[in-house]
Amino acid sequence: MEDDAPVIYGLEFQARALTAQTAETDAIRFLVGTQSLKFDNQIHIIDFDDENNIINKNVLLHQAGEIWHIGASPADKAVLTTCYNKSESYCFLLSLSPFTASLFKSKWQLFFASDSRVVSCAAVWRMPSDWDTGNHESPDDSAHNPQTLELLCHLDDSAHGNAACVLWEPMGDGKRVISLADNHALLWDLQESSTQATVSSTATLEGKGQLKFTSGKWSPHHNCSQLATANDTAIRGWDLRTMSQIYCIENAHGQLVRDLDFNPNRQYYLASCGDDCKVKFWDVRNVQEPVKTLEEHSHWVWSVRYNHSHDQLVLTASSDSRLILSNMVSISSEPFGHLVDDDELSEGEDNHQDDKSKEPLKDSVVSTYEEHEDSVYAAEWSSADPWLFASLSYDGRLVINRVPRALKYRILL
Amino acid sequence: MMDGEAEGSVSADSGRKRRVHGMLKLYYGLNEEGKAPEQPESLDPCDINGPHFDPELYLNKLRRECSLAELMDQETCMVKQIRSLDSDMQTLVYENYNKFISATDTIRKMKNDFKKMEDEMDCLSTNMAAITEFSARISGTLQDQHVQITKLSGVHTLLRKLQFLFELPARLNKCLELQAYAQAVSSHRRARCVLQQYSHLPSFKGIQDDCHAIMDKLAQELRQKFRDGGSSAKDLSECVELLLQLDEPAEELCDKFLSHARSRLESDLQGLEAEIRPTASAVKDALAASTQKQLSGAAAGSPTDSSPKTSALPSPSSKTDILEFIDRGCNEFVSSLCLVITSYQELFINHAQTGELASKNIPQMANGKLHTFVDDLATRYFSLVERRIQEEKGVGDNSLLVRALDRFHRRLQAVAKLLPGSAVPNQGTEIVIRAAMERVKQYLTALQSFYMDSLTDVRQALATPRLSVASASVAGGGAHLGGAASGRDAPNSLPELLSSLSASILNQIKSVLASVHLFTAKDITFSNKPYFKGEFCSQGVRESLVVSFIKFVCQSSRQFCESAGDKGGSTPPALLLLLSRLCLDYETSTISYILTLTDEQFLVQHHSPVTPVTTLCAEAREAAQKLLNHYVKVQGLIISQMLRKSVETRDWVNTIEPRNVRAVMKRVVEDTTSIDVQVGLLYEEGVRKAHSSDSSKRTFSVYSSSRQQARYAASYTPSAPMDTNLLSNIHKLFSERIDIFSSVEFNKVSVMTGIIKISLKTFLECVRLRTFGRYGLQQIQVDCHYLQMYLWRFVSDENLVHFLLDEIVGSSAHRCLDPAPMEQSVIEVICERG
Repeated sequence: MEDDAPVIYGLEFQARALTAQTAETDAIRFLVGTQSLKFDNQIHIIDFDDENNIINKNVLLHQAGEIWHIGASPADKAVLTTCYNKSESYCFLLSLSPFTASLFKSKWQLFFASDSRVVSCAAVWRMPSDWDTGNHESPDDSAHNPQTLELLCHLDDSAHGNAACVLWEPMGDGKRVISLADNHALLWDLQESSTQATVSSTATLEGKGQLKFTSGKWSPHHNCSQLATANDTAIRGWDLRTMSQIYCIENAHGQLVRDLDFNPNRQYYLASCGDDCKVKFWDVRNVQEPVKTLEEHSHWVWSVRYNHSHDQLVLTASSDSRLILSNMVSISSEPFGHLVDDDELSEGEDNHQDDKSKEPLKDSVVSTYEEHEDSVYAAEWSSADPWLFASLSYDGRLVINRVPRALKYRILL
Repeated sequence: MMDGEAEGSVSADSGRKRRVHGMLKLYYGLNEEGKAPEQPESLDPCDINGPHFDPELYLNKLRRECSLAELMDQETCMVKQIRSLDSDMQTLVYENYNKFISATDTIRKMKNDFKKMEDEMDCLSTNMAAITEFSARISGTLQDQHVQITKLSGVHTLLRKLQFLFELPARLNKCLELQAYAQAVSSHRRARCVLQQYSHLPSFKGIQDDCHAIMDKLAQELRQKFRDGGSSAKDLSECVELLLQLDEPAEELCDKFLSHARSRLESDLQGLEAEIRPTASAVKDALAASTQKQLSGAAAGSPTDSSPKTSALPSPSSKTDILEFIDRGCNEFVSSLCLVITSYQELFINHAQTGELASKNIPQMANGKLHTFVDDLATRYFSLVERRIQEEKGVGDNSLLVRALDRFHRRLQAVAKLLPGSAVPNQGTEIVIRAAMERVKQYLTALQSFYMDSLTDVRQALATPRLSVASASVAGGGAHLGGAASGRDAPNSLPELLSSLSASILNQIKSVLASVHLFTAKDITFSNKPYFKGEFCSQGVRESLVVSFIKFVCQSSRQFCESAGDKGGSTPPALLLLLSRLCLDYETSTISYILTLTDEQFLVQHHSPVTPVTTLCAEAREAAQKLLNHYVKVQGLIISQMLRKSVETRDWVNTIEPRNVRAVMKRVVEDTTSIDVQVGLLYEEGVRKAHSSDSSKRTFSVYSSSRQQARYAASYTPSAPMDTNLLSNIHKLFSERIDIFSSVEFNKVSVMTGIIKISLKTFLECVRLRTFGRYGLQQIQVDCHYLQMYLWRFVSDENLVHFLLDEIVGSSAHRCLDPAPMEQSVIEVICERG
């Protein structure tokens, strides 16, 4: 069957930002944000038709700037956040809104038309309600002018520098987000159907030099009261109730830590990846040594993602243009494979014996995907189909792959 | 019978005889096979030789059938045959007649001789009858006197015995006075039975009582003497012998004897223990003393001390060395033990076997006692010896220990000879084996610590000339370091460090092997034990010493990679490089050399499976590979870090127009050059693809490249669900995928390629995270051109550098707000000026 053949989709711009539409549980849908300094940036809504193996896409304009990070609300399909760079020249800014310019405290240098600043911002957006229907009516109309995102509110606070990423409260009601800006973690409350955002509490990373959060993850465990962040080579855990640090893994990686993910089923388990080409698995109760280390990539690892339902499946994306799917059975929540229920057991002795004779599963690389030609900066599991994932490389290529059938059946049966 | 006779006499002419024989046979109707009667033709009446021959028929037949001439011939032939038959018959008759005559003569002569003999026999029988009669008459007359004499002599003996009995008490007393115990005992023994038998007579009873009293006293005295123990062994044995004869219980005597011996042997053991104990209890004093001793030793400068570091460990045994200790043990304890065993056996076992005591199972009992006694003492002795051997920690001079063990073992052989069934010699051998094993272990630790120490030395050596390497390479551009540094500090250049390191390790191994070899020397008694011939050589020396050491080298090398991995270069990269070369050398030659050397020296016969050379080589190669990979990684990261900082810390949007190559790029080129020099010192050049004639002058395709055009020309159209960036991907299709942190080969070019790959990829990724202004892009162009000018020469495939630099410039152009590239000629001018 063509089942295992990857589906490839190309964007005309470079892209780094990818997310699954978290609130959507029926359709397989991914959101991709583009990076272009010249043209209006876009958010591509990629719908994957699993049965026909066809991709449907819709484009929304994101005129504010190039998108570095994108996050979808867990509660409302239409709401999403982006972190983007505003990089207009100063003069342009000046003519447009002198107030904003003074906000950025840049010098009044009218004679230098090229003098400009690049500022990272974050905002909450709403997709136009008819993006779907409108597009379906004229799917082949390439001249169709794409619709624009509706800005709900900015998540910017002039006091707290450049936003690196925005995290939604996992499985929450879409009312709370955290933004990481330079060395601050800001917890926002979204009100009035997300049109207003107020900072409810902040945490600041103190230390020598210019510390800067590179990435973070909101833990789905402990009643969503914990946050993990990465800065330089360290991983830190924060308690959101007190906004204080609860653990710190110094030198988690030899080089910069690029990404983190929480095991969805084991509350103390955390995966991290970084510029030392390694993927490490941590038990945050013992931060001295990683539980497990993977060294499969031949360059920096930019993204690590646990499968939402089968946490032995771990997806890693690297700038060696590869995507690797690993089967980390030994540290998963089901180290002995799928546990057979009692009623299933009673079905017959043969079944039972088959289970016993099964070899204990070993940690292994399931598959290496080499469809990308450029660095892969993002990989995401679909929120609707646990056996499907997408990866995005810098050259704008989005590849949708499935977990190999053999493995899928071995996990399920 | 006739045939036989004929055969015997006519042997002269066998041919004739045969013929005669044949004809006679024919005559009697027998042919050779003796089945004449069955033959049908014999019935033929015309057969002249057949039994049914009918002359009439035959004649008729002849006459009828033959011509006249034939008849004439037949007749002559027949006449000739008849004549010869006649003469044969005559000869036979004559011969038999002669024999008959001679037989008759012999019989007649015998008849005469027998008649003479018969006469003489008659005479003899009459004489014998006369002698018998005389003899009977004599014995009859002497009968009475003979009876009387017999009676008298019996009385005489009895009287003598009685006299002896009566005199016995007095004699015993006298003996007691003169201390002639042996005589007393023998006298008493002779009388004892008689006295016992006649004790119902009052007079005898008195004597017996007297004797008993005296003998008791004597026994008392003997026991006293025995107990005192001061007397010589000979006296003692005499005592025991006498007491045994006095029916003293043998078991008790054995115990007493042994307890005496024990007390003496114990004092020996205590003496030995005293030699260990003071040193153990007063380690501090000993330590001071030993350091002093070592100082003086160092001053003396003993050349035999092959490993000054390991032997400098303060050995607590400073008072007496092990040889002295063992000597003393042998001379005092073992020799007196042997003496005890001999005399004991003499007394209780050999002696008793001959006498009547044998019946009481005394030898067995005594033997058992002796064994437990010897085992007990030997165990204590062995524990002392083992304690002493354990104190022997310094591995400086092995010959002393081996000699001591040899002596120890040799002396135990005496015990083995005396006590054939004893476990003592085996235990002794086990101690020797344990000591040898322990020694091998110590040597392994010593080798390991020697290796680590030499690594520390190398590290220090590397740390000091570090500056000179950098300066030399900077000054000389690409000039070889060897010339520059040799004037200053010769042994500090990498190849020399490597060779001195590997030579010193090899020497150390050799000296250790030589020391261990002493265990198997021909003149050492225990060297012909099966253990030392087989297992010691293969398992002990080869496996747990040599192989373990090689494994340790590989493993410790690998640890450098792992421990340094996270902490970020705690190991100097030069050391990694050096170790990698060392491991590679081990793989190619050293391991097989060392193992061959070992096998030759120890004539290893591999009974048990041993680690094959190939496994070790594979391990060494793996370690070398890992180290080199790690070296590439560390060096790549150092350069990466510089590049990353330089990209991250600059405001690329608001930068000024480039006038110079940035200093960091120069630094990168300098560092790369010095790494190149460093690697070149240890690794061969390696192959590279042919350079184009003018590599440094290559133009960058910032915008000329079609893929960039395609990107920027892309109109604002929604993407099709198919990859539209065909052009950009076609470009990549034809260039191979580059693995950044990949395994490198063992040559300079490969190593340099690896380092440059890592650095440039980092540069690329960092550029992609930034936004550039016009001049930012131009600065990157200048920098990349500069890198291009200098880096291509290091790598195996210059296209790789081109490709990565292209990507960097391309990406920065992409990330540029105002992409206005700089003129190529201007770039070249700037770079050449820098």
